[in-house]
Amino acid sequence: MEATLASILAASTPLIFIVIGETITEKAGVINLSLDGTVLLSAMVGFAGAYESGSVIVGFAAAALVSALAALLVAYSSIALRLNQVAVGFVLFQLTGEMSAFLGDPYVRVPGPTVTYRPIPLLEDIPFVGKVFFQHDLVVYGSIVLIFVTYWFMFRTRRGLKLQAVGERPEAAHSRGVPVNRLRYLYAAGGGALVGMGGAAYSLGAKIGWSEGHTTGLGWIALAIVIFGGWHPYRAAFGVYLFGALQFSAIKLQDVFPDLTQVLGTLPFPIMIFTLVLVYSDQVRSLTDRYPALRGILGSDPPSAIGTRFDVD
Amino acid sequence: MGFELREIHKHFGAVRANDGVNLSVASGELHGLLGENGAGKSTLMKVLSGFHQKTSGEILVEGEPVELRTPADAMQHGIGMLHQDPLVFLPFTVLDNFIIGSPGPERVNRREAARELATLAERFGFNFDPDTPTRRLTVGERQQLEILRLLWLGARVLILDEPTTGISAPQRIKLFATLRELAADGMSVVFVSHKLEEVEELCERVTIIRAGAVVGERDLPCPAAELVELMFGGEVEVGERPIVGLGPPRLVVSGLGVQDRLASVEDFDLEVAEGEVIGLAGLEGSGQRIVLDALSGLRRAQTGTIQAGGRDLTKTGYRGYLAAGVQFLPAGRLEEGLVAGLTLTEHFVLAARSDSFRIDWDSAREEAGRDIVDHFIKGTPESTAESLSGGNQQRLLLAMLQDNLSVLLMEHPTRGLDIESAAWVWEQLLLRREDGTAIVFASADLDELLEYSDRILVFFNGSVLAEVNARTSSVDELGHLIGGKVSR
Repeated sequence: MEATLASILAASTPLIFIVIGETITEKAGVINLSLDGTVLLSAMVGFAGAYESGSVIVGFAAAALVSALAALLVAYSSIALRLNQVAVGFVLFQLTGEMSAFLGDPYVRVPGPTVTYRPIPLLEDIPFVGKVFFQHDLVVYGSIVLIFVTYWFMFRTRRGLKLQAVGERPEAAHSRGVPVNRLRYLYAAGGGALVGMGGAAYSLGAKIGWSEGHTTGLGWIALAIVIFGGWHPYRAAFGVYLFGALQFSAIKLQDVFPDLTQVLGTLPFPIMIFTLVLVYSDQVRSLTDRYPALRGILGSDPPSAIGTRFDVD
Repeated sequence: MGFELREIHKHFGAVRANDGVNLSVASGELHGLLGENGAGKSTLMKVLSGFHQKTSGEILVEGEPVELRTPADAMQHGIGMLHQDPLVFLPFTVLDNFIIGSPGPERVNRREAARELATLAERFGFNFDPDTPTRRLTVGERQQLEILRLLWLGARVLILDEPTTGISAPQRIKLFATLRELAADGMSVVFVSHKLEEVEELCERVTIIRAGAVVGERDLPCPAAELVELMFGGEVEVGERPIVGLGPPRLVVSGLGVQDRLASVEDFDLEVAEGEVIGLAGLEGSGQRIVLDALSGLRRAQTGTIQAGGRDLTKTGYRGYLAAGVQFLPAGRLEEGLVAGLTLTEHFVLAARSDSFRIDWDSAREEAGRDIVDHFIKGTPESTAESLSGGNQQRLLLAMLQDNLSVLLMEHPTRGLDIESAAWVWEQLLLRREDGTAIVFASADLDELLEYSDRILVFFNGSVLAEVNARTSSVDELGHLIGGKVSR
C-alpha cells in the first residue's frame, strides 16, 4: 500500500508543476493553450541541458526558461500585438511540439543524468507516512511544497489578491492601482517556468530519458485538470493525484483484467466531466454562495477575463 | 478638498469628447454635472480620476498642478471615482473587494480589514457580511461598498457617475444622505447625472455640459426650465397622456408560479386589458424579471396558465408567444436584446423573420435606412449595434418590434436614457397602446411608473405586496411599499 501511494505521488509530480503553473497563468487572465507542445519541448530541453552540462539543475533551469518564453510569447501577442490567445496558443503548440522532435533527435534513447534519490532522515522512519512522503527526490518534495505555497500566495497575500484581480476584472484592478499588463507578463512567465520544470521532471525523474512524443497528451490533460480544479491549487492537486491513481490502477490491473485496461485508463475523463456538471449546477452554486467554507472545495468560477485583452485609455 | 480643471481637452481620434472644459469645485461642495447622454460628462470625470489621459489642459488640486496618469495617481491626490457599474470583482467576497488595492504589509490581515469595514459601514448605516460573494449584493450595495473603500483609502474628492441607475428608491435616499454627510465633513462631491430632479434634490451648484463643452453654471435652486434649455439647447415637451378606453382582456395570467436561482414567485394573477399599461415596481430581484420572462415565454412556468390574445400559451415555447403577438424588450439592451457585432441592417433582416433563403442586401439596406430615419436612430445601416448610444439602442429595439403587437413587455424602458430619448420612447409606446397593445413594464423609476401606468403592482420578496392606482398614488406611497411597508 505504501509503495503504491509513493509511486502514485512520484508519478504525479510533473503534472503538479504543470497544472499549478497553468493555474497561475490563467488566474492572471492569460490562457496558454500551447501546453502540450511546451511540455514536450521543455522535457527535451531539460534532458539535453542536463546531458550536456552533467547537471540536473542546469536541465531544470533550461526547461523553465524555454517554457517561460513560450508563455511570454502568448502574453506578448495578446497584450502588444492584439492577437487572439487561443489562436497563438494553438500555433505555438504545433511549433514547440515539432521543435522538440527536431531538436531532440540526437538525444533519443540516450542514457543521461537523473535527479538523485534523497530520503529525508528521521522523517523517512515514520511508519507509513515516511514511506509514502519522505523517500523521494527533491523534485517530489518541491511539488508538494509548491501546492501549499501557491495556495498561501494566492489567497493570503496582497500580491495574490492582485493576481486574482487582474484575471477577474482588469479595469477594476486598474482602478485600484494594479499594473494589469505588467502582472500578466510576470505571471505568464512564472506559470510558464513551472510548466517547464514539470516537463524536465518527466525526462529527468518520472519518465527518464527522451524520445519523440515523450509526453504527448499530458499538456491537454493538464489543461483539463486546471478547469476541473476550479483554478484552485488544492483542488487542482487533487485532480492530478486522482488522475495518477486511476492511471496507476489501470496499469496494475492490466494483468488481472486484460479486457478492462482500456476502460480504466479513460475513467478520469468521465469523472471530470461529471464533477464539472456537479459544481456548475445551480444547487452547488447557491450552496457555495451561502457557506464560504465550501467555496474552496466546490467553488468553480473561472477568471472572468481569461483570454481577453486589457488596454489602458 | 477643492480642485480645478482648466481647459481640458480629451480627443479620441477625431472625436472631441471634451473640448476645453473648465470646472472648479470647492471643498465641501455638492456639485452636479448635468448633461444628456454622450455630452462628455463621463469622459471628463475619467480624466479627473486618472482613467483617461487628457489631450491637453491642466488639473489643479488645492491650487497645485498635478499629473494624473493612472487611477492610482488620482487616488494618491485623494480623488476617487464610483463608476456607473461599480468596479467590483463579482465572485470575490465583500472583504476581498475591500482589501484589493489597499496599501499594507504583504500578508493580508483580513480580521483587521473586516473590523475597519464594519466600523465604516456602521457610521453610514450600511450592513455587509464580509464573506458574501459580491455578486449576491444589489447594485446599490456594491456602490455602498465602493464608497466605503474609497473613503478608507483617503478620498477627499468623490466622483459619482450616474449612481442612481439601477438602485432602489430607499437606497437612493440613503446614498444622498451619505453624500450630504460627507460634504459636511469637507468632501468635494461631483454628482454626474442626466436626471434633473436628482441634481436639483442633492446639489448646491451645477455645471451643464453639452457636446463636450460647458454651456453654463448655476447655483441651485434654479428654474428647471432654464436647466433643460441649457442641456438640450431648447425646451423638450413632455407629451400629455391621452385617455384611452380599455377594451377586452389581452393578457390573462392565473396562478403563475415561476422561479430562478435568486427569486421565486407563486400564485401570480394578472389581467391586462386592451390598451392598458401595467407598471411593475419593486426592488431588483423581487420577482418582476422572472414574471416578465415567464410572460414572454423565455422561462417555463412551473404552475398556472398564461393566455394572450385569446390563445392559451402555457404549453408553447417562445416562438408561440411571438406568433401570438407577445414581445419582450429586456433591460440588457446590448446583452439580451441586440447582437453586438451585427449591423443595423442585419438586425432588421433578423427581426423580419422572413422565410426566404437568400437575402437581398440592397433592398435590406434601403429598408434599414428608412427604418433608421423613421425612428430617429443616430446611426447608419452599416453601424454596429454596440456603437450606438443607449438611447439609440432602445430606438433600434423599438424599431424592430412587429406591428400589431398584442402584448408588449418591457424591463426598465428608459433606464440610462436622457429626457429627450425617454420622452420619445414613451411617445412610441403610447402610440402602440392606442392601437390596443397591452403594455406591462418593470421600472425602478417611480416617476415613470406613476406617470405612464394605469395600475402598478408592487413586488416584494416574490409576491405582489399591493396593487395601486397610478392616478391616485404618490412617490411617497410607492417608495414605502417597495420597502415592504404596507401601512405607514
